[in-house]
Amino acid sequence: MAGPTVQARGLSGCFMNEIARVGPWGLTGEIIRIEGDLATIQVYEETVGLKVGDPVRTTGELLSVELGPGLVGEIFDGIQRPLPRLSALSGDFIQKGAEAKRLDRERLWSFEARVKKGDLVEWGTILGAVKETPRISHLVFAAKGVRGLVDEVREGDFAVTEPVVILEGGETITMRQKWNVREPRPVRGRLPLETPLLTGQRTVDTLFPIAEGGTAVIPGGFGSGKTVIEQTIAKYASADLIVYIGCGERGNEMADTLSQFPRLTDPYAGRPLMERTILIANTSNMPVAAREASIFTGVTIAEYYRDMGYRVAVLADSTSRWAEALREISSRLEEIPGEEGYPTYLASRLSAFYERAGRFLLIGPDEKRTGSVTIIGAVSPPGGDFSEPVTQASLQMASTFWALDTDLANQRHFPAINWRMSFSLTYPSLLKWYRQLASSEWSSLVREVHEVLQQEEDLAEIVRIIGLDSVADRERVLLEAARMLREGYLRQSAVHPVDAYCSIRRQVKLLSTFVFCTGRMFAAAERGLPLDLILGAPPLEALLRLKEVCDEDLDVRIAELRRDFSTSLGAGVV
Amino acid sequence: MEDLLTAEYRTIEAVKGPLVFVRHARRAALGDLVTLEIPSNEIRSGQVIEASEKWTIVQLFGPSDRISPGTTWVKFAEEGAHIALSPLILGRIFSGSGEPLDSLPQVPPLERRDVHGSAINPVCRDLPTDFIQTGLSAIDGLNTLVRGQKLPIFSCPGLPAGEIAAHLISHACVPNEEGGFAVVFAAMGISSREARFYLETFESSGALEHSVIFMNLADDAVIERLLTPRFALAAAEYLAFDRNMHVLVVLCDMTHYCNALREVSSSREEIPGRRGYPGYLYTDLAGIYERAGRIKGRSGSVTQIPILTMPDDDITHPVPDLTGYITEGQIVLDRRLHRKGIFPPIQVLPSLSRLMDRGIGEGRTREDHRPLADQLYACYARGTDQRRVASIIGEEALNETDRMFLRFAEDFERGFVGQGVESRSISKTLDLGWRLLAALPEAELVRVSKDLIRRYGAGGEEHGWTENQQT
Ligand SMILES: Nc1ncnc2c1ncn2[C@@H]1O[C@H](COP(=O)(O)OP(=O)(O)O)[C@@H](O)[C@H]1O
Ligand SMILES: [Mg+2]
Repeated sequence: MAGPTVQARGLSGCFMNEIARVGPWGLTGEIIRIEGDLATIQVYEETVGLKVGDPVRTTGELLSVELGPGLVGEIFDGIQRPLPRLSALSGDFIQKGAEAKRLDRERLWSFEARVKKGDLVEWGTILGAVKETPRISHLVFAAKGVRGLVDEVREGDFAVTEPVVILEGGETITMRQKWNVREPRPVRGRLPLETPLLTGQRTVDTLFPIAEGGTAVIPGGFGSGKTVIEQTIAKYASADLIVYIGCGERGNEMADTLSQFPRLTDPYAGRPLMERTILIANTSNMPVAAREASIFTGVTIAEYYRDMGYRVAVLADSTSRWAEALREISSRLEEIPGEEGYPTYLASRLSAFYERAGRFLLIGPDEKRTGSVTIIGAVSPPGGDFSEPVTQASLQMASTFWALDTDLANQRHFPAINWRMSFSLTYPSLLKWYRQLASSEWSSLVREVHEVLQQEEDLAEIVRIIGLDSVADRERVLLEAARMLREGYLRQSAVHPVDAYCSIRRQVKLLSTFVFCTGRMFAAAERGLPLDLILGAPPLEALLRLKEVCDEDLDVRIAELRRDFSTSLGAGVV
Repeated sequence: MEDLLTAEYRTIEAVKGPLVFVRHARRAALGDLVTLEIPSNEIRSGQVIEASEKWTIVQLFGPSDRISPGTTWVKFAEEGAHIALSPLILGRIFSGSGEPLDSLPQVPPLERRDVHGSAINPVCRDLPTDFIQTGLSAIDGLNTLVRGQKLPIFSCPGLPAGEIAAHLISHACVPNEEGGFAVVFAAMGISSREARFYLETFESSGALEHSVIFMNLADDAVIERLLTPRFALAAAEYLAFDRNMHVLVVLCDMTHYCNALREVSSSREEIPGRRGYPGYLYTDLAGIYERAGRIKGRSGSVTQIPILTMPDDDITHPVPDLTGYITEGQIVLDRRLHRKGIFPPIQVLPSLSRLMDRGIGEGRTREDHRPLADQLYACYARGTDQRRVASIIGEEALNETDRMFLRFAEDFERGFVGQGVESRSISKTLDLGWRLLAALPEAELVRVSKDLIRRYGAGGEEHGWTENQQT
């Protein structure tokens, strides 16, 4: 026994990844290596107190999650133990060997059947639905391997373990399924990514969007805003369901989410966020092996809801803690370490995880059903240095990359997404959506932002050498325009009552106003108007604060601004 | 009683550095405490770190000299490190492993507990929301501490982190609330000079009677250093969650703690990670820092101020880096400010309190707190930028506004951050902020609303300062 792994002898018939119960408390563990008679078990709970000679029992099962109604609104640990029920059993502190059923056995669900006697049932057939929360209709469908004709259908209120459909030949089907977390749930095929997952964050939606079914990686040193971005996206993402995985991070952050989400509503359905959220909390002080399992638990649950046709977003904070758990276990196994002590299979494990994202055609008799899983993973590079293995391996997998910048964070420019380093590979395939549903001028608006920021950067070098007073007026105007864009458009407070969420319609309005107003300033500079007038006459502060104006007043204010910029800068000529 | 619980062996097979390999110790469990008796009747202690059919590996807390396979008896306590708890621990001074150092008798325990504790179930956590007044403007005004938070101080060699800790120990309070306040102090690997300084602070400020002190000095056993914060936190949790007290835990110095962990890890021949620290340093530190917080339905709280030294003043060093990833912000000290004679030399730009927003604002501190803090921060950042520019192109090349910001940065460092031995109330801190802002053109103050400027700014109805009330 050493740290989170133990070895056991004489587990005859045991197999790889089988779940074992270890010691007098029956700690949950997974067999991760078998050599002859000797099995190595990764234990998902604290191993202090285990003795040589303590009993180990195999269970014949793989590490799996229990799937069925009752997941939404719940908070689980890394191996899907429900934390509220665990606390009811064992108090405020998590006790060794504490167990609670994954899905509540007491709770009854009102089952509405969608099949009738004589219907053919096969893998993916929708048998019925349960109103899991006011906005999630939980489809009950036949699991892999089920096939037969319906003999009896039950309607009414049932617990997850009670049969709701009985097939000819007596096979009973309940609302509960199990699935091995390490195996992706199968699909019929992959679909191209064409729709953005809107986040209400301007820097994301305007400059570096992520697709529904895409992957995004958020690396950043501590305090650069990874958790705030993940939480903000959990609040405002245009997804049907959010699976939020707190992997090796702070307990208070999970408590914060837990206290906020039932009270906050999302901007699409106007319903409490908890009705579309599943939380997995394996905080940094909880067992490290369960941390390793947590992201698989989360993504498997996400796939299960995807299989009902939902658009699910998985937010993982932080994948680095998962990688470290992997490293810790690997070093206990005395495997040959790769870069920085991480096991050599780090990259392949990470890609296997990100590959579970996508937009898919689903399995089942209805061949047109689709669902998606979007994965957004935070990365915590040591010392904020992006050249480290986890950031690099994640970068290979990411279709969208939001590089968080500690300097921007220190300037309190949030979200601290560095616009030079970040990218969105899926942007081209999303453009059609933006042109049709956001604005026909979308591409040129966005190009303008990129250009102004790029020119600012080029200029900044020069200013540093020759001083601000020595640059030409046109350049001074450009610097001011760039500052307006950064402060007035990109910068977005996650706690501002109006600005925290910015719908895509609002983004279009704000952005075109910025481009219009700064355009007036450029034009004035071209016409040789004095600098003092260009920077002094128009209401720059009002433009900076435009983002704080509520929807009702926005159009009026925009009209005012356009008028004021035009008149003060003598737009008659343009 | 003691004897029933222990099993004795004389089966040492090998000794390698601090590791002792014992055979046939069937009843030993991971984490169990071990005592070793050598022929001169001297007692050594250690802990089980690995157990297999072949070996039980014991890590010694002290030196291994004279431990011999033939003659040394090994006793297994069949339990890990435990702490004796009762309200009588207040006012006491213990060693890093819980032995009295103050020549008073052992504390009669009401309860004994494993010092490692267990993780708080995240759903049972209550959010930290109550403002703690430290009396230091750079903290109270811009990086507010709240009850149940873990907010470390990142120091550099030679900077007065100890004096800041001493200030907090003597002055930290929750305004308008009495009693139920305790300090738990864990010294890890500090010098006897530092230890004396802290003990004098506790005595002279009268804090000792509501404090518990655990001392592991630089020349005490390295392994004991790994237990010291755990003893301290077990005591803190007891006082907070069983005795309903608000407990401030000061851990000093976490860098020494991490170096001890590195030393132990390398003696176990584990694969080293960054800068030789073990790969599990993050997990290990989290096991300490996450023991701060509040619990629903219990009125006490554990607030942590870990102090650490950044080797080479390097904030990317693994110790500050991993700490920053776990704690809820950081207070960063700066050598340049120290050289200017500014106390406390807190550099506010990289400092952060992640829980600040919960503790401030109307009904907690004051309605103007958040906007004022943002404004001060922005103006200071701009001023330090100008300072950099001025150092390249010369101050004369700056325009009038830029020069104002340059002066503001200077005044802010000396007058707001710097405060010497004074302790300031929160309203004094905020008023001081407004006074500094008054030196800047109003048009530049975009983070505070016109309304706030009217009320709190120069000549405003709520302004808490006048020119002749300046000190
Ligand atoms: N969008 C934002 N708006 C306002 N403040 C933010 C924003 N993002 C980050 N912050 C500030 O930065 C702090 C650290 O952010 P956090 O997400 O916890 O960092 P990380 O997870 O990268 O360590 C937060 O406590 C908050 O004060
Ligand atoms: Mg974070």
